[in-house]
Amino acid sequence: MTEFIQQLINGLSLGAIYALIALGYTMVYGILRFINFAHGDVYMVGAYMGFYLAPSIMRGFGQKSIASGIVILVAAMAICAALGIVIERLVYRPLRNRPKLTVLITAIGVSLFLENAGQYVFGPDPKAFPDIINDHAIEGLGDLTVTVSQVLVLAVTVALLLLLTWIVKKTKLGMAMRALSFNPVAASLMGINNDVVIAFTFGLGSALAAAAGILFAISYPSIDPLMGILPGLKAFVAAVLGGIGNIPGAALGGVLIGLVETLVVGYSDTIHIPSTYRDAVAFAILILILLFKPTGLLGAADREKV
Amino acid sequence: MNLVKTLFACLSLGSAALAQDAVKVGEFASMTGATATFGVSSHNGTTLAVEEINAGGGLLGKKINLVTEDDQSKAGQPATIVRKLISEDKVIAILGEIASSKSLEAAPIAQQNHVPMISPGSTNQKVTEVGDYIFRVCFIDPFQGAVMAKFAISRGWKRIAVLTDAKQDYSRGLADAFRKYFTAHGGAIVKDQSYSSGDKDFRAELTSVKAGHPDAVFVPGYYTEVGLIARQARQLGIKAPLLGGDGWDSEDLVQVGGEALEGDFFSNHFSTQDKSPAVQTFLAKYRDRFHTEADAMSALGYDSAMVLADAVKRARSMDGALVRDALAATKDYPGVTGRITIDDKRNATKPAVVLTIKDGKFQFVESIAP
Repeated sequence: MTEFIQQLINGLSLGAIYALIALGYTMVYGILRFINFAHGDVYMVGAYMGFYLAPSIMRGFGQKSIASGIVILVAAMAICAALGIVIERLVYRPLRNRPKLTVLITAIGVSLFLENAGQYVFGPDPKAFPDIINDHAIEGLGDLTVTVSQVLVLAVTVALLLLLTWIVKKTKLGMAMRALSFNPVAASLMGINNDVVIAFTFGLGSALAAAAGILFAISYPSIDPLMGILPGLKAFVAAVLGGIGNIPGAALGGVLIGLVETLVVGYSDTIHIPSTYRDAVAFAILILILLFKPTGLLGAADREKV
Repeated sequence: MNLVKTLFACLSLGSAALAQDAVKVGEFASMTGATATFGVSSHNGTTLAVEEINAGGGLLGKKINLVTEDDQSKAGQPATIVRKLISEDKVIAILGEIASSKSLEAAPIAQQNHVPMISPGSTNQKVTEVGDYIFRVCFIDPFQGAVMAKFAISRGWKRIAVLTDAKQDYSRGLADAFRKYFTAHGGAIVKDQSYSSGDKDFRAELTSVKAGHPDAVFVPGYYTEVGLIARQARQLGIKAPLLGGDGWDSEDLVQVGGEALEGDFFSNHFSTQDKSPAVQTFLAKYRDRFHTEADAMSALGYDSAMVLADAVKRARSMDGALVRDALAATKDYPGVTGRITIDDKRNATKPAVVLTIKDGKFQFVESIAP
């Protein structure tokens, strides 16, 4: 029983990371109807920003202190938000009125560009991420292990989920985002500056990716320029599973995939599925759900976005 | 018209003469990507050997031109690269790789074209079974797996959990040999789990391992994952030591794993603490040339080029078949990683060392003979 509960904890914490990456994916899709395949690579850049900033920030704000953790997180989010806005300005904006497919393929191009530029600039071999927080197992839980980083990931995911919902539903900018997603032409006729809103959406999405990158690097302290590919893909699946464009759906999809993967690995002997098939099982579930509910778990059929 | 022809003839003769002053040896290595430190280390070792051979007059009077190609640690790349080395560069021999999966991709191509290939560090048995042109200067997985099983038994560990990298032929080979030797000598495998290289979360596998209450955990993977596995194992409260193979040999292992690796053990080709003059001279030369410390992969890269040069000298020819025969006859060649004798399966037989990690450094524990 302890083993089972431990596996649930493992699955939840892994799922929270997928959820965190999926939030950015799904938000950009919800507003712009565009899958930003470079999202996973912005997440990688976020982790590297943390890697390069951590030593000087920790000198100023204390080794392994909460304060330096927050400063690193915010700094990396700010840099990646700027990166996202620059990418949008240079690459996606000139293509805005072209067919969707053009933009989609360009996004794959941006993704490959960031991966290869990352190998060139950061170096291709994996780097050890510094210990920003004192990541140890929390005492007093008997045989169960919950680490500080796991709690942190879960807390940040929930906080960002709420913050994002608030921005989109309650703020003026969020209203502009929603208006834009319904009809860009009508939105601009109502006095909304589409360029600003789209740039903001990209900036916000990239900041979320950076937050996910830093938290991932804290939990799994080995980073490399290709680290964004697989988690990016899983997060995309999580977003689709939950209903792409739906923010709580992305979180639900992420947690589900994390749980399924963990349980397949943990009980591979009992269910007679080799543990290395965990991705296959996760993706098979995706196919099944999409067969019966094409809009995803929480996706509404009536094209309501976000 | 005739003049032009003569001119062309002269030109082509000239370039042919120029080409004959150098001889090309091909090398493919993972200079970038997940196992980049292996590729860089073995390449440095190979480069050092080639420079020494050239300084000493080259191969049969010709300078070696080492053509190195990067396979980016990616499956699929070695085949393309080795085809290019053979058909375009016309190399006389091929050196590479460390990772067995990569060597296994390249070996059939070298074999078909009758170009001798020497792998510096691929320990999977199947590599040299591809054909009679494929050699290696390291020991093989069954031996390495058995060494760690022997070591575990000598420490009195009876219950072992195995955690294999299912994507790597190397890891599976080591795990098979370990299981076979360990269970044949009275030990029990209490858990058998696997992961895929590239994974970062191993908590599910490790939770299952922990439930088996092992005395030690055998993790014959590569350093990139092992560092993370060690950290997560300690966080989950697994106190049993981790055991591994030469795939652990990288500075990056301790960078990622840190304190979690203290007191763990792995088998390797040589120890930098070996006081023999051959090892110490090599280490000093390497330090001078590259301003960094040599590891086992650098020593193996160095040995692979030296064994090739030795064979060419004995064959007195660059011809593929003759070099092959000479390589097969290599006996007691004094390499940096020990005396190298090529057996009838084209594997090197030599002892392995067991190292432990103490204060973030690799410490020599004992040497285990074949």
